[in-house]
Amino acid sequence: MQLVLERRAERSTLIAIASPLLAIVLTLITMSVLVAIMGKSPLAALWVYFIEPLTDPYSLQELAVKASPLVMIAVGLSLCYLANVWNIGAEGQFIVGAVTGSWLAVVTNGTDAGPWVLPAMLVLGAVGGALYALIPAICKVRFGASEILTSLMLVYVADLLMDYLVRGPWRDPKGMNFPTTAEFDPVATMPLLVDGSRLHAGALLALIVVLAAAVMLGRTIKGFEIRVVGAAPKAARFAGFNANQLVLFTFAVSGALAGLAGIIEVAGPVGHLQPGISPGYGFTAIIVAFLGRLNPIGILVAGLFLALTFIGGEGAQISMKLPLDLTKVFQGILLFYVLACDSMILYRIRLVGSSRKAAHGSV
Amino acid sequence: MKKLLIVAAVALTAAAANFSASAAEKLKIGFVYVGPVGDFGWTYQHEVGRQAIVKEFGDKIETTYLENVSEGPDSERSIEQLARTGHQLIFTTSFGFMDPTVKVAKKYPKIKFEHSTGYKRAENLGTYSGKFYEGRYIQGMIAAKMSKTGVLGYIGSFPIPEVIAGINATMLGAQTVNPNIKVKIIWVNTWFDPGKEADAAKALIDQGTDVIMQHTDSPAAMQIAAQRGIYAFGQDSDMSKFGPKTQLTAIINNWAPYYVRQVKAALDGKWKADDTWDGLKEKMVMMAPYTNMPDDVKKMAMDTEAAIIAGTLHPFKCPIVDQTGKTVECKGGTHLDAGQILGMNFYVKGVDDKIPGK
Amino acid sequence: MGLFEAIVLSVIAASTPLLLAAAGELVVERAGVLNLGAEGMMIMGAACGFAGAWLTGSTFVGALFGIVAGVALSAVFAVLTLGLAVNQVATGLALTILGVGLSGLIGAGFVGEKITPAVHLYIPMLTDLPVIGRILFGQDAFVYFSILLIAAIWWFLYRTRAGLVLRAIGDNHTSAHALGYPVLKVRFLAVLFGGGCAGLGGAYLPLAYTPFFIPGMTAGRGWIALALVVFASWRPLRLVAGAYLFGAVSILQLHAQGAGLGIPSQLMSSLPYLATVIVLVLISRTRASAGSAAPASLGMVFVPDR
Repeated sequence: MQLVLERRAERSTLIAIASPLLAIVLTLITMSVLVAIMGKSPLAALWVYFIEPLTDPYSLQELAVKASPLVMIAVGLSLCYLANVWNIGAEGQFIVGAVTGSWLAVVTNGTDAGPWVLPAMLVLGAVGGALYALIPAICKVRFGASEILTSLMLVYVADLLMDYLVRGPWRDPKGMNFPTTAEFDPVATMPLLVDGSRLHAGALLALIVVLAAAVMLGRTIKGFEIRVVGAAPKAARFAGFNANQLVLFTFAVSGALAGLAGIIEVAGPVGHLQPGISPGYGFTAIIVAFLGRLNPIGILVAGLFLALTFIGGEGAQISMKLPLDLTKVFQGILLFYVLACDSMILYRIRLVGSSRKAAHGSV
Repeated sequence: MKKLLIVAAVALTAAAANFSASAAEKLKIGFVYVGPVGDFGWTYQHEVGRQAIVKEFGDKIETTYLENVSEGPDSERSIEQLARTGHQLIFTTSFGFMDPTVKVAKKYPKIKFEHSTGYKRAENLGTYSGKFYEGRYIQGMIAAKMSKTGVLGYIGSFPIPEVIAGINATMLGAQTVNPNIKVKIIWVNTWFDPGKEADAAKALIDQGTDVIMQHTDSPAAMQIAAQRGIYAFGQDSDMSKFGPKTQLTAIINNWAPYYVRQVKAALDGKWKADDTWDGLKEKMVMMAPYTNMPDDVKKMAMDTEAAIIAGTLHPFKCPIVDQTGKTVECKGGTHLDAGQILGMNFYVKGVDDKIPGK
Repeated sequence: MGLFEAIVLSVIAASTPLLLAAAGELVVERAGVLNLGAEGMMIMGAACGFAGAWLTGSTFVGALFGIVAGVALSAVFAVLTLGLAVNQVATGLALTILGVGLSGLIGAGFVGEKITPAVHLYIPMLTDLPVIGRILFGQDAFVYFSILLIAAIWWFLYRTRAGLVLRAIGDNHTSAHALGYPVLKVRFLAVLFGGGCAGLGGAYLPLAYTPFFIPGMTAGRGWIALALVVFASWRPLRLVAGAYLFGAVSILQLHAQGAGLGIPSQLMSSLPYLATVIVLVLISRTRASAGSAAPASLGMVFVPDR
């Protein structure tokens, strides 16, 4: 007797709907057990993590601030993943976008430049991210090199490049030799949506990106091509869709979005370029993309949810002395459960008798 | 099922009620740490300070600390969360928290903020730091005495003025013992990375240095020095546990008296934003016991310490000559003034290296 | 000790954790599975390894704890990707995040403690030989084990039938399945093996390199191990060269600073990664002629048809 995985004849819509809920419930149960082992009250932890951040405007604004870059990057990644192209280097594209956009802020710093600066920075950021993403894309299309590994390696290169710039040529001359650029001028800063909070226009841009992606995937030829190339490559070839071109396209778009998120983050909440501008957004966005099932609206929800766990985790550190590491554990477990439950959409588990096993030989 | 829901609702409400507790009479004090409290270095010493105020003021205060807060945009939220949850006095303990602290302090003018090793202040934002260079001067003298190769090894974190001043003070002290003393500097570009610090220590030792000093926060270098039978100095706290036969002394960041002072002022309603820069005299900087050295070296160190405390000896007494041979302008009369030390951006004569990024 | 000897010793120490983790991952990828969770498994190995050594006073027990931690974590990965046919990239990343977080929780209580580091071999006469003495005869058990491990992996992959089967599965799991090879079982064992190696590589850090535990002490070495496997074109002997090369760059960069050479440290630090990208491009181009490219089924989901 053994358990085997069997492909279903067709997708189970029941499971497709129930899966994320089931995953969340399973995660909450596992987390409660973990918190109980650590000697704290599971109910209190659940409250602080998930409900408390929703109870006041400040936390809600912070939620949007934290979720915006995640959602923006994840939407871009979802385009790649739908096309079966694995961009793991979003973190690097984020950083390069931040760098290229910051260049303009640094060279115009202190001069009386006009309001064209910020939009130009955003464009530069997007272009920078797109170009950086095209490197692994071209390596894949021209040379067949694995984009997973090339894009990943380039993350380190991007990080070191930025490190070099802020410690050397771009360092703020008045900054006491600390590795940071000068504070960006107001024309180079993201406008705030709500005075007194950190909620900036980046949140709106993220929403626009979500809607644009939803439209593109659902209603344009390009979107159709992307989905078909990923789901049925042979059919795509037959239909004349150029897979290589789509690799370049999806990488460029996702790089642009990651780069845009990068410069927005730097021109918004941070206000200058320094090492450590990204607490791993590029990698967290991969989780968001999967949690959102590679669907723009789903990613919006997933991004907000994950941001909730970050903010809830910080609140838990203050009020319950729960370590921040618990948030990472939570996110990892959540992703595990979501992936596992999602697999049940396409497959089912069956108990198979030994007689059948003997008939089929090995495995 | 219904009963279960009711129980759950009650439980949730009860749990929630716990977290809307008002600040009441206790003074709530928050600490934001950049690293883990067990790092045995920078954050550890701040934590020691926090425990001191807990002991001193008992029921009158309630403290919270956040550790491992990275210096990026998230730190602003952590600081603000402390402000929003009723903490009236907040200490942010790393340079990288400066701008976030400034922003939050602006939003909450009624809350008192203190930022360590920073230079931006406000009506409700004070800064505090230690005159660590005083300890470096003493260490330089000891190192020159104990070194046989005449080359000191220095593990630098970032080429910021505090670190540069530390190197300079070390060299100036060493030069009083051995005018031809040399130093090799390796920049690890981090405050805390035991692996890198260990590698840097090994590289320095392999290149012929025989006394190791560091401006990084982990005991890794001390541990390597112990392995190789070389002398070393501890940093932030007494690291003799990691090198009982190796540590000559250590510069100990003693924040406790300062924290006690500030909390008392806050409790008495007398707190004001200040710029505190204390050293050996006020015991913000302390030297670990002088060990593993001959008695005459120990006496020299103790005499020097006493002289600095008495004010008769200043590590940066003029004339100071920089690397290019130029005499540095002496703005403090007989010694460099605070501004020059806090913004120090040059090496003194005798340092062969170049400041990175200059 | 001469400078050359000293540098070689430092390089060996820096390279060993990379070699251990990469060796395991090489086997996993040769079987056709891409486990991106190396960083998570390594840091768990470090936390549990230190815990084991601290609790029992024995480095060996610590190493065992580290291996078990790696195996346990990789088992979760195996169940998901092999049992439930879940996407390997996503699962590997989830594993990394989980591992980093969990290790922080476990290790938190041990920060600030110290243990006795692993002992180094000492054979009178041999270890005292100039230059090569300590390099060859003065290492700790981890270093010798890492060399033996690579040798064993090489022999397994190229000189045993089981190794041939594993490679066949990695190259074409459909054909392998048709031939009756137990694809899932072999992959499962390979993943567990890889997890154990990663855990051991991580345990090396607090047990031998710097004898205390700090959260996050692997500092990205798991990702470097992944790069190493590609850099070595999935061949064990090249892996040794690659690991020592990567270790050498990180050590020499520090020496260059100490010696006063003016090369920006970031440039030197980025060389291994740039080199990996270049190698990837080169070997993929010559795929047809050299045949030394990635296992063709790497990362692809396999569900046996019934």
